This record gives sequence, C-alpha cells and structure tokens, in this order.
Amino acid sequence: MSRRPYIREPSRMGWWLKQSRYMRYMMREISALFIGIYVLVLIVGLFQLSNGEAAYEAFLATAEGPVGSTFAVFAFAFAIYHSYTWFQVTPKAMPLTLAGKRVPGAIIIAAHWFGFVLISAALWLLAGR
Amino acid sequence: MEIIDTDIAIVGAGGAGLRAAIAVAEADPSLKIALISKVYPMRSHTVAAEGGAAGVIKGNDSFDSHFNDTVAGGDWLCDQDAVDFFIREAPRELTRIEHWGCPWSREPDGHVAVRPFGGMKVERTWYAADKTGFHLLHTLFQTSLKYASIERFDEYYSTDLMVINGRCHGVTAIEMRTGQMRLFKSKCVIIATGGAGRVFPFTTNGAIKTGDGMAMAFRAGAPLKDMEFVQYHPTALPGTGILITEGSRGEGGILVNKDGYRYLQDYNLGPADPWPRNKAMELGPRDRLSQAFWHEQKKGRTISTDHGNVVHLDLRHLGEAKINERLPMVRELSRSYVGVDPVYEPIPVRPVVHYTMGGIDTDIDAATSVEGLYAAGECACVSINGANRLGSNSLTELLVFGARAGRNAAEAAKHGIGATDDRQIQAAAQAAEDRVLNLFRKTDGDESISGLRREMNEAMEAGAGIYRSEDTLRASTETLQQIRERYKNILLTDKSNVFNTDLVEALELGSMIDVAVAMACSALQRKESRGSHQRLDYPDRDDSAYLKHSLARYSATDVPAIDYCDVTITNSQPGERVYGGVGE
Amino acid sequence: MSVRVSELEILRYDPEQDEAPHFQTYTVPCHDDWRVLDAINYVKDELDRTLTYRWSCQMAVCGSCGMAVNGEPVLACQTFVRDYPQKIRIEPLQNFPVERDLVVVMDDFIDKLESVKPYLVPKEEKEVDDGEYLQTPAQLAHFKQYTACINCLLCYSACPQYALTESFVGPAALALAHRYNLDSRDVGRRVREDVVACNSGIWECSFVGACSDVCPKSVDPAAAIQQTKIASTGDYFMKVLMPWKRK
Repeated sequence: MSRRPYIREPSRMGWWLKQSRYMRYMMREISALFIGIYVLVLIVGLFQLSNGEAAYEAFLATAEGPVGSTFAVFAFAFAIYHSYTWFQVTPKAMPLTLAGKRVPGAIIIAAHWFGFVLISAALWLLAGR
Repeated sequence: MEIIDTDIAIVGAGGAGLRAAIAVAEADPSLKIALISKVYPMRSHTVAAEGGAAGVIKGNDSFDSHFNDTVAGGDWLCDQDAVDFFIREAPRELTRIEHWGCPWSREPDGHVAVRPFGGMKVERTWYAADKTGFHLLHTLFQTSLKYASIERFDEYYSTDLMVINGRCHGVTAIEMRTGQMRLFKSKCVIIATGGAGRVFPFTTNGAIKTGDGMAMAFRAGAPLKDMEFVQYHPTALPGTGILITEGSRGEGGILVNKDGYRYLQDYNLGPADPWPRNKAMELGPRDRLSQAFWHEQKKGRTISTDHGNVVHLDLRHLGEAKINERLPMVRELSRSYVGVDPVYEPIPVRPVVHYTMGGIDTDIDAATSVEGLYAAGECACVSINGANRLGSNSLTELLVFGARAGRNAAEAAKHGIGATDDRQIQAAAQAAEDRVLNLFRKTDGDESISGLRREMNEAMEAGAGIYRSEDTLRASTETLQQIRERYKNILLTDKSNVFNTDLVEALELGSMIDVAVAMACSALQRKESRGSHQRLDYPDRDDSAYLKHSLARYSATDVPAIDYCDVTITNSQPGERVYGGVGE
Repeated sequence: MSVRVSELEILRYDPEQDEAPHFQTYTVPCHDDWRVLDAINYVKDELDRTLTYRWSCQMAVCGSCGMAVNGEPVLACQTFVRDYPQKIRIEPLQNFPVERDLVVVMDDFIDKLESVKPYLVPKEEKEVDDGEYLQTPAQLAHFKQYTACINCLLCYSACPQYALTESFVGPAALALAHRYNLDSRDVGRRVREDVVACNSGIWECSFVGACSDVCPKSVDPAAAIQQTKIASTGDYFMKVLMPWKRK
C-alpha cells in the first residue's frame, strides 16, 4: 500500500568506529589475534630449541630484536587487556550463590586476579628468573 | 473494505482482554479469536499497576471479610451478588496465573505471600514485588502465545461497533500502519479497553487511557453506569502524575503535612498508633485519603512546590533493605523523576486521577444490554467497586471478569447467532469509514486537538474534581457541550495514511469528550456524597434517594439522559463506613 | 523553575512524501525537569502535529518510547533534557526498519519473542483448587532479574550482531527464554532448545555486551545468553556422552 519501511543499513566495515563501547569490544577481540601470534612465536622457539643451541640463539636474537620486542610489548598489553575483560565478565557468565546470597561480582573478579598473579608468580619462579 | 471473519472479536489486549482471549481459547479451541489492540499488548496500561491483586488464601482470612471490606469500601453501591462471585473466584484466578508462571512474591516456606492494603481488614493482597501489573500482563501475554486460535491485530485502532437491531455483529478498526479500515465480523465482541483517566489533566494513567471502548459502546446504545465515580489515588508524583503504589503504605509508609504531622488522624482515620494497623490511617480507603489532602490544602498545611501542593510520604523508617526488597520500583521512580531517594528523604506526593469506577453497564456475566456485546475490566462497571474501589481489587477484577466474559462469549458463539444481514453490517461499516474519512479529508476548520483537549481537561478538573458543587458542575457541563460542538471544527494537519497519530488523537479526543460529558452530567444529577463523589452542597449520603446506579444514555446532539437502577443488596445492609480505631 | 531553549534535531520520514528520512529541527523551551518525551510532546502539541512516535506510561514500564538520542538507544520518558547540550539529535531506534518518523517496524522482534516459547512448561500439572506451586524466595531470586524485561527493544538497537545478522534471535528473546529455563516450576529447556541453542540463537552472540549496557531495567541479557551457552554446552555433552539420560 502506501507503506514503505525504510531500512538504514549499518556500515559492515566501519560499524565499530561509531561508539567507544564497540571499539573497546574490537580491541578485546583483536587481543586474541596478538595472543595467538605470540603462541606461534613460542612454538617456533620450542622447535628451534629442539634444533640445537645455535638455532635457539638465532631465534632469541630475532625475538629480542627491535621488531620482536615491540611486538612482545603489544602482545603483553593485549594479553593483560584480554584477561581484564575476561575476568570482568566471569560473574555474568557464572553467577555464584553461597548460603542463599549472591556473591558480589567484585569478589569473583578479585579472586580471578589473585589466581592470575599467583600462577604468574609461580611460573616466573619456575622459569628460574 | 477488507472483512475479517472471526468468531470473537476482543477490543483491548491488556489484562482483561488477554485473559478473555485465553478463556475463549480454552473453552473451545475451534473458535477463532481476533485480539485487537491500538498498542502492542505489553504496552497496555495494566503494566503500570504496582501494588497487588487481592484474593483470600490465608488461614486468618475469610470470604466474608473480603466481601464486607469491598462493599463498605464501595460505600454500598456495589452489586453484592457480583461481589460475592468476584471474591470467591479471586483466589482461583490468582492461583491459575501462578500456574502460568506469574512470579508472585513468596513466604519463606514457598507459599504465595500477601501484604496489607488500603481498606482491607485482613491482608490479602498477592504481590510480585511492586510491579504486580507488569508481571500479570507479561505472564498473560506470554501465556496467550500458546494458543493458535488467538490471532492478534496489534496497532489497530477500533472506531465503531456494528450494532444492527440491538445486536452487535462486530467492530471496525483502522490498521494504523496503512491507515486502512477493516471490518471484523464476529459473533460476539468483548470490550476490554480500560478506563479514561486522560479526561483529567493530572492522572497516573498513560496516554492510551482515553476511554475509546466506553465511548464506542456508549454511542452504540449501551449505557454507561456510575460515571460520576472517579478515583483519585492519594500518592502520585507531582508533575508527571507517576503512581507511587499503595503498597508503600502497606509496608508501613506514613503521610505527613508540612508540619511533619500525620494529618489523617484528623479525618476519622486515627488514632495514629498503634501503627501499622489495617484499615486505619494511611491504610484507609483511597477516597478518604484524597479528600483529606483536599482539606489540608484548604487549611494551608500542604507543602508548596513548582508542580502544585504536595504532602510527604515518608518511608525512611522502613530501612534500605526492606525498601529494596519490597518497594524497589518506588525507589527507582522517586530517584529518577523527583530526585528523591526514599531511603533518606520523604517523597512528595499528591492525589491524581487514577481509576474510573464507572463504565459500560454490565451484569454479573460481563454482558452488556446490547446482545453479543460484553465488557470486562476498568472499562466495565459490573459493579463490584461501587462508589470507591479498594486498591488491589482491580487487577483481580481483570482476571475474574476477563475470564467470565471470555467464557460467556464463547458459549454464545458456540450456539450461533442465527441469520445475519451482511448488507446492513457492511453498510454500518461503510458509515464508520465515511465518518473517519470525512475527518481525514476535511480542509477547513480552526480547532486544534491539543487546545481542545486542554480545555476539556481544565473543565473536568474545575468542575468534577475531588469536591464538586452544583455551579462548578453546571459550568463544566456547559463548557463540555461547547467543546463537543467545537470538536466538529477540528482540522487535521497530518494527511499521511501511514501511522497517522494526528488522526488517532483526534478520534481519541472524540471518545474522551463523550466520556467526560457522561461523567459531568452523572455527577450533576447525583445530589449526595458517596465514596469518591463528594458534593460540597450535598455533603451527606442519601440512601433513600440515591442507593442506585446512575445510567447515562448517549444522545448525538444533547447531554446524555441520566436515569437510575437499583443496586443488588444481599448480605450487607448499608451502614457507616468506619476506619481507624472506631472500626475495631 | 527555569526554562532553557533546546534545539531538537529529529529524523522525519513519511513514505508517502519522502524518498528517504531527513532531519528537521525544532526550537523547544524546556523546563529543567523535562524529559525528552516532554519536549517531543511539546513539538507535537504546539509546533508540528505530524510528528509521529510511540509513548504511553511515561514511567519506563511500558517500553513504548524507545528512540536514539545522540546515537544512544534510550527511553525518552527517562532521559532528561538537562543532561544534554543545547542541540539534541533524536532518531528512531537503529536496526529496525523505519515505518514513520520515530516509529519502527517491530515485527521481527515480535516473531523472535514468540519463537522461543516464552511460557511456562510446567514440571507437573496441578489443579487450581490444589493451590499454588511452591517456590522459595531463593528459587524466585534465581530468575527474578530476567523477568524485568519491558520489551523496549533498546538491546536490539545496541547489538551489532543483530545489526549485521538478520536471523539473530536477539538479547531480549534469549533473556526471556533464560527466565523460563531458570524458573523452578519449568521444564521447558528442551522445547526451547531448537530456537535458543542454535546458530541463530545464543551462538550468534559474541558477548559484545552492549545490550546489557543500554538495558533500562538491568535485565543483563548478555549474562543470560552466556549462562545459556554454558547450560547448553552441558546439555550437548550429556547428549553425546550419556544419551540414555536424556528424558
């Protein structure tokens, strides 16, 4: 009839630039990319280790060089951001009720950070540094 | 015009309309149901009700008690056979909706909890936090989705009932998104369109409460009963008129004037202590509380604000935990709209129009005087509320009489309605369409919808407020008749067919004017004070002359003719309404 | 009470006259306690009768008045003019086709709401005269939050997945399914599974969380969906590892 509903299409490429909450979401998602690449770097390192000391030293030289270090800094920052955002949402995905009362989200998040720090410290010590 | 053939057409998809639709579907799944509403069902104003729904279930309660509270609360204008039926059905309907998933608040042992409410000797108000209407409506809507026989027509504005030779054969409605009129040809029609609070300027009611169903039935020959009885809810936020539930007083809230004094004790509702006490002080009936405010205002003891005079509703002594558990919505509303946190400060409140006791005259079977036409909910007047409704009886009423209307309409439809003259029905439908098209296509006229609406509101507030008198009512009635004439000069600015709210508001204004005239004229004729109808010139109740329902009959040119019919009295003889300490 | 002049830039669209939506500006003298809804009502009553929008309760419980104010989906009756600069941009909710002015076509949402079977599938049948199902306050608290949805569509408007993927069932519908799944009186998780736990259901959600951000009733649909993912994964493994246990 005289109806003609108008469809406003979102920008398929640029929708996430429209609001800060979408940009933060994309940063969170992209962090997985950086973490994934870093895992690959570790795997390559392991492989080079199995190829002998020379190969491993060569690997370390690349990994600790300017490009490698810059990447490592970004990867580390994204990893922390990834953990931060993950911990923030755990109370939503797994709400906890103890003795009839809802455990406040802040406590669940704090517990995750505590575990994170504990495990990181343990690994640091084990690595002998 | 497109014709939709159906068995039962239900106009209005709020609590009563949805309950009626489910009742028809359960009574006979083969019956086709057209559920027609001018808004999506979850927008219906049932959603805004807060406090609760009354029903006898606890050991300390009895049907007699609920019966007596209701009849006395209604100042003996209730039809007692209907009240008796209502209170007995109440717990069954409330349990039924619990079975459908309604999240009633509970006692520690898992049983449904009840809270005290105004005018009730024993606490019997079932509640779902302080959003009972919201939960009832959503439970009903979601449950209605189970039934394939219910076909919904959302955002269809109904305009006229098709009444041929005293029998209702359907209804015409505008499909709002296309502007096209449709004829719903049906064996029965149930009207469940709600009240008409928007006739007044200050109301808890949402924009949609414009009395369309009342006006449609009125014009089609069904009388409107007890229209002079309009309830003012004592506690609404100034400015917006947003409702602050009676439940806040049920939980122990108190009302104080500008001196911090609990003034209700000066109006036969005291003594102030012990508190809380059912049927006393802040738990008195709504009409008495609103009238007390009026007197306090006259004495200059109310607090002046930018939005008129207020009193204070103090909840501070309840404590944050109790407020968050029992009255979370009250806290939210108060903070959002008046910037007051009830945990720390008292809430400014004043009486505003809330409920229409009057409505389409129906009997105990939800049937009107027009064959095939039923009505239920706030738009109807059975009457179980009489001259003043007790809080929490209305939500229950939606369920009890919505179901009753549905079952009876289904029964009537099953038996068939004999031969129908399709030509006559279509001619009536065409006349309805022409009426709307004439308004739509008019190019001359100088009256504005918003201007006329405002003048109607002002006339009602001035003449038919909490306290009325002969001269104010006469003046208002004259003004309203003039407004009725001037309405013919309305000019629409919006000429689109697509979702034309200018047109819908114009039609709603027409409904409101018809309803307002009925209210004012009925009030003018009732020369006594009873319940929520208070006359300064006739301050006493006059049972010998006025223990009767008023019946307003529509006239196209003149004021409605008002006559009277008897009230059905069974067990409770008219007595004195006693609240407070005297009632013990 | 002071009055401040606001400029409302409102997106208009009349399909009978307009090729596409366009902005129109109105100058409105706003009182300091006005909401955007009050300003819009002023426009309609005093300036332009053709302005079209939905509203009713004006107390944030009916869900009618959702619209985008300065790009953010909000309820107009709960959004105060005093919190905004002088120029305010008002548009219909994103991600829905525009019917007329600020009125969007809600059909898709209604269909999806209905598709999740949002009604109680009782554990046991009970006669009305046998009284209510028992439910402790703790059991009620378990699902209560998810009953609060007023169907205002703000979450659909904020959700980028819904924007990009037409078939996504969406936050409110999935939260409502979760409400019933958590209700101690209900055993309907199986019957809702097909619509809820499929690729267009919970698995389309990537936990952006915008829905929960904009929800005026703190329903937290994002939480509902993640919890459903966990429950559904558990169901899946049960089905695969212990098929005999499925009722």
